[in-house]
Order: sequence, then structure tokens, then C-alpha cells
Amino acid sequence: MADTGLHNATVYHDATRNLQGKISLSDVNIFYGEKQAIHDVSMDIPDRSVTAFIGPSGCGKSTILRSINRMNETIDIARTTGSVKIDGEEINSRSVDPVILRARVGMVFQKPNPFPKSIYDNVAYGPRIHGLASSRSELDGVVETSLRKAGLWDEVADRLDQPGTGLSGGQQQRLVIARAIAVSPEVILMDEPCSALDPIATAKIEELIDELRENYCIVIVTHSMAQAARVSQMTAFFHMGDLVEYGPTEDIFTNPHESRTQDYITGRFG
Amino acid sequence: MNNRTAIQAAVEARLARRYRAEARFRLFGILAIMAAISVLILLIGSIGAQSIPAFRTNELTLQITVDPARVDPAGDRSEASLRRGSYSSLMQAALREQFPSIGERSQLRELFGLYTPLNSARLLDEVIANPDLVGQTIDFSFPISDDADLYLKGLTTGTSEMRPGFLATPSGTSGEITLRANANVFSPIVSDIRAQLTRRALAVEERVARYRQRAANATSEESIERFNSEAEHAAAEAAELRALAEPGADSVEMSPDLPSRLVRINGGTVLIERISDGGRVAEGHVLVGLESAEASDDWTIWTLETPQAERRITDSQIAWAEVLRERGLVRSVFNTYLFTNADSREPELAGVLGAMIGSALTMLVTMLLAVPIGVATAVYLEEFAPKNRLTGFIEVNINNLAAVPSIVFGLLGLAVFISLFGLPRSAPLVGGMVLALMTLPTVIISSRAALKAVPPSIREAALGVGASKIQTVTHHVLPLAAPGILTGSIIGLAQALGETAPLLMIGMVAFVADAPSLSLSGLTEPATVMPVQIFLWSDGAERAFEPRTAAAILILLALMILFNAAAVFLRRRFERRW
Repeated sequence: MADTGLHNATVYHDATRNLQGKISLSDVNIFYGEKQAIHDVSMDIPDRSVTAFIGPSGCGKSTILRSINRMNETIDIARTTGSVKIDGEEINSRSVDPVILRARVGMVFQKPNPFPKSIYDNVAYGPRIHGLASSRSELDGVVETSLRKAGLWDEVADRLDQPGTGLSGGQQQRLVIARAIAVSPEVILMDEPCSALDPIATAKIEELIDELRENYCIVIVTHSMAQAARVSQMTAFFHMGDLVEYGPTEDIFTNPHESRTQDYITGRFG
Repeated sequence: MNNRTAIQAAVEARLARRYRAEARFRLFGILAIMAAISVLILLIGSIGAQSIPAFRTNELTLQITVDPARVDPAGDRSEASLRRGSYSSLMQAALREQFPSIGERSQLRELFGLYTPLNSARLLDEVIANPDLVGQTIDFSFPISDDADLYLKGLTTGTSEMRPGFLATPSGTSGEITLRANANVFSPIVSDIRAQLTRRALAVEERVARYRQRAANATSEESIERFNSEAEHAAAEAAELRALAEPGADSVEMSPDLPSRLVRINGGTVLIERISDGGRVAEGHVLVGLESAEASDDWTIWTLETPQAERRITDSQIAWAEVLRERGLVRSVFNTYLFTNADSREPELAGVLGAMIGSALTMLVTMLLAVPIGVATAVYLEEFAPKNRLTGFIEVNINNLAAVPSIVFGLLGLAVFISLFGLPRSAPLVGGMVLALMTLPTVIISSRAALKAVPPSIREAALGVGASKIQTVTHHVLPLAAPGILTGSIIGLAQALGETAPLLMIGMVAFVADAPSLSLSGLTEPATVMPVQIFLWSDGAERAFEPRTAAAILILLALMILFNAAAVFLRRRFERRW
């Protein structure tokens, strides 16, 4: 698929038009040096639900995800224009400290990346640096709650002092989710959280995502159409830096308005 | 199907060659490693073998009477008074007691040449530390002179002893005496001498022939004349040698150019100076007094193969050292002086302590400067600096600095630290600063490599939970990079430890006879370091410095291995997997 240079307007399904968004992006453009990776993306992402970003490799779905917690800033050549608002507050403004933003917007990465420290220290790290717990017992409580929410407590309760890197891949990814939860974020961004996991671990994570949906706004990037269909309520299809189509998951999968979306979800390309 | 077998055949045909190439490659690898190891073994083995004599030394122990009249002129046992005492005369007296027959001044000077007068300073220190010693008789041990030490280790001359078994009668017990044997026992010496004279005459005659040849070939008048006169000179010398070597002469003179012969009889030693009466009579000089002038058949002729003219220790000194050893006063002991003394002009007193302390102080300065600055630079460049032209330029320059010859840093230190800042010369402070400059690129480059090796996922994880940039670096990236940074820093420091050239420029070649104090004030005192000490010793005129140089190299190598072992240990200890 060569870039035609033409960027069609996004097709919004009716359900997305009057959406009360937790996160709202408008006219977001992201550049890597000279190259524009994201073209004029505007969308509202609802709270207490899972929104899936799908699309072929290199379509910019991770890039747009990382713009929500300003992780693109850590890449020297990345540049963002447009507006990203969380609860109506512009996050790209100078008055917003990325450190505080990232405490509100947790992130889980493709490859499980626990710190080479104990399980306890992994989870306690965020609360510690933000000073969220004033005493050791309070911290213990935060760690336990986070691990319970991440569905890992029963498996690691008796070995909290052992290195987090010694866990299995699926357990590591849940540990990383627990670490993100520990700072009580409002939004959790997940960048292909299951791509390095086996089906059983994937099933567990998906189950966990479904549970977390009740309290958080979750945005997940995935390559697996099936996963998007299983866990998400909203789905956005990206292609070549464009948001092609955005709507309720069921609608997108059963009644795509755009031919590119149809081609992708039926496996004709991608 | 047919096609497939063709492919298979082609692959099989190549397979054997591929395996052969693989085997060849492995063989080359193994050969290269073997060559490297054997060269290493050869190198360390040869240094080790050379250094062996340096680790033992011969110590002379004398009973010294600390005579109050000599050491305490004021008579009040005060330090000021004790410092004015004449301690070397005490030592001289004690040594003289061993050889009462020696009277001549020149011989006494030779006798006192068996040790260095610097030892009296040690006796002084001992007495000042404990003034109660005054008036007592103490056993005082000190190293014998390096030349005597080398002789006693058998490194100066080969010796042989022959027992003729015939009766010989000395004419006296001291001074010039003659030894009359009842057989021509000395004639082998005479023929030996004659043979040697003949050999030398032949060598000179060869030279004559060469000069004649050159004169014949020469073209200019002038050079013909010069060669002819050289030839005549040599011919005269040859004739002289021939005359001396002629049999039938009544007596044969010994000479310092020939192996020395001594006779040990009746507990004394006589140096033979002339042999006469057809090899029956030897005339000579008594070096160690004889107990009696009685005839005896229990005596030996002692040959020192290396002529006196070719060694630094005289026949008399050898005779005395040998007697002292036989009396149990000279003992071979472990050479503690090598480790407890600073440098000295006298090899027997020279040690590496001063250089070790100098090295330690210098390394301290280098470490305190190079490691923090280097690591901070690396962290900034790797984690914080924007990737632009300026940082690119800085990076290129740092990498280039690593390749700058170390002597350039020495020049820089001389021009900037000493001339411009007015810091003291020869001081570990300046040495450490210069070496820190030299080590910085190594530390920066290795630290950056270690920081680069930390997976970005760890940074993302920390940033993702809301850690600031600094927190990400100090909490996660630096601890993970620490083993690599440590290894790089230690290797950089080990390199600095072995560096000589830049230190020569800033005057750390100084001869430092007092070990600098291992303290802050020692930083500005003149000092030297291990590699420079090795350089100085390798240049030393005395042969005894040779094994000491090798020993110092071994000590430096041991320090290096210690450093590198520490690097490996620290890396293992702190290495974490992710």
C-alpha cells in the first residue's frame, strides 16, 4: 500500500459523535523529524471502557497511544501538534508536568519490563516516588491491593522479596499492570500487552482487562482482531497514520463503513 | 525429483569444503591463543626468573657495642646529643674485630666497602628510639653491599677449589708472605696463565693483521699512516704478551686481568701475587690472618674465574665476605627491604614502598577526579544531551582524546597545572590530575557503553509510572550500568597505574629516598610511582638493580592483576539480569 498522499476524513460511527470522552484528541499530528507519522487524528475515548486501536504494523497506533501520556517526548525527534485533553484539561500545555501526567496515565508495554528488583519493590516503586504511602504498612497495603487487582497476589504473596524478573512472562505482564495500578491512575495505556505471551497467559490478561474496565479508562493497542473483539467496547482502525474508522467494536466488526477497514478485519491485508 | 538430487549433490560437494574451512578456522583460533599464551608465559617466566635474586638478600649481623663515648657526646642521653654521635665508627669497629690482622688504611677502606654507611642511619634511629641501648652490646643486622650480595648469591664469578694434598709452609701469618710447597702444585696455574696470555697475544696479533690489511687497502696517505701506527702499537703489545707467556721465565706475575687465585691455609686466606721456583713457591698478601705459620697439607687453592678487573667486588672483599658467611654472620634472608624501604642509591637498601605509596596517592587523585567527572559526562551525554551538532562534536573529540599519546597529557600538565596554576612539581596531586585527564576518555567511553546497554524498556517502565528523568537515571539506569561503569573505570585506573610517560614530564622521575606520608599532606610532597621506579631502576648502573627491576615489574603486575580481579569480582557481584 503506497502512500497516495491523500488522507481521507475519518469515518465516525454514530455512537462516537456525542460521546462523553475521558480523553479527547483533536487534530493531533505527530512528526518524527521530517516524516509525519500521524495525520489529523480526532477522537473521544470514553471512560470505564476498553478502546482498542487496531491496524497494520507501522500505522501509527502506538504513536498515538504514546501521545496520551507524552511518552513521545522521550524521543528527541518526535514533535506533536494539536490537542490532547484528559477530563477537558490540555495535557500538552506547559503547565502540565509530564511526571504528574504519567502518574495519572499508567502504561503497560509490549514486552513485560519489570525492574530487576523484588516483586514488592516493583509495585512499591511508583507509590514511593510519588509519596503516596506515608508508612510501611500503608505501602504494604497498596502493594497487596495492586497485586490483587492485577490477579497476581495469590501467586506471589509468599515470595514478594524475589526478583520480578524471575516470574513467567504472563506473571511479569500482570506485575507490570500491578505496578501501573499502584499509583492509582485514571487511564491505563496498553501497547500490545499480550503479543509476547502464550494463549493461557493472554486469556488471563484479557480477563484482567475486563475487570479493570470497571474502574479505569483503558486504551489497548493490539494486532489481534479477535482480542479487540473480545475485550474492547470501542475500536479505532488506523491506517498509514490516519484514523480511518472509529466506532463501537460490534459495529466495526459487523458493519464496517470503510472498505479498508473491511479488508483489514477480514484479513485481506495487514 | 531429478532436480532435487542435483541440488543435494551440489550441497554435499560443498559440504566437505565447508566443514574443512570450519575446522581450519578453529585451528587458527586455537593456534593464535596458544601463541599468545606461550608468549605470555615466556615473558612472565623470564621476568620471574630474573627477579628471583631480588627476593632474598644477605644480611650481616654484627655485635655492636654502643659506646657512650662515641654516640652520646653530651652524655645526657638527649636526642640532640645522640644525633651527634658517630654511629658509623661503631659499625666499623665491630667489623674490624672480625679481621684483626688488617691494618693498612686502604685495606680498611675496602673492608668498610662491604656495607653502605647509610646503614648507620638505621642504627641511629634504633638508638634514638630506645636510648637504653647506650652502653649495651646489641646484635645489629643490616644488608651487606649489593656487590658482596651478588657474589654470595654466586652471580659475580664462578669459583672452584682444589686440594693439592701436598705439604705447604707459610712464611708468616700476616702481611706479605710466601708459601713453599714440597711439589710444583702451582705450576698448573702458571701454565694456565701462560695459555691465557698466549690467547690474548693471538687476539692482538689478529688485530695487527687486520690493521695491516686496512693499511694495504687504504687510499689516502693519512689513513695508511694511521693504520700502520695502530698496527705497530698492537704488534708491540702482542710481543710483550708473548714474552710474558714464554715458558722458562723464573716467576709469573698474577694480574687483575686474569682469574684470581687464593690459598686458604691454617684458617687464613692469602691472595697469590707471584709464582716462582717452577711452581713450588707462591708469594702473596694475607687477606685473612693465618692462625699459625705451621706447615700443613690441609689447604686449598681457590680460583675466582672472573678477573678482578671485570667485577666490582675486590678479591679481598670476596675473601672477607666468604669468611663472614662461614662464621655465620652473613645469612641469606627474605629481602624485606624491598618492601619496607623507599628508593635508595644503594641497591641493597632500595625498595618499592615509596613508589607504592606514591602510586596509591596518585591513583586516589585520579580516581576522585576521573570517575565522578567521567560518569557524570557519560550520563549527561547518554541520557540528557540533545542529539545535535555540538554534542556530536563533543563525542568525536572524546573518542579522539582516547587515542592521544599519553605524553601529550604530561606536557599539558606541565604547561597548565605546574606553570599556569603553580602546583608543586613531582607531586602525586599533579600526577593524579594528569592521569585523570588521560583516564577520562576511557571512563566516559566505557560508561556510555554501559549506559547504552541498559534496555530502553527499563527507562520506559520508570517513566511510565511517573518517574522523572533524574529518578529514572539514578534509580534504574545507573544501578544497572554500574557493573560496566565499574569495570571500565577500574581498567582505566589500571592503565593509569602503569603509565610512565606523562609523569616524566611533570617531574615524577625524582629520586625520592623518603617514602611520602600516606596522608593528605603527602599529596604535595615529591613522590614517584611504580612504573617510573621501574624505569629508574632499569637505568641503574649497579647490576643488583637488574633483579630488583624485574621484582618491581612483578609487584606492579601483581597490583594490576589485583585491580582487574577486583573489576571482574565487582562485575559478577553487581551484575543483574533483566
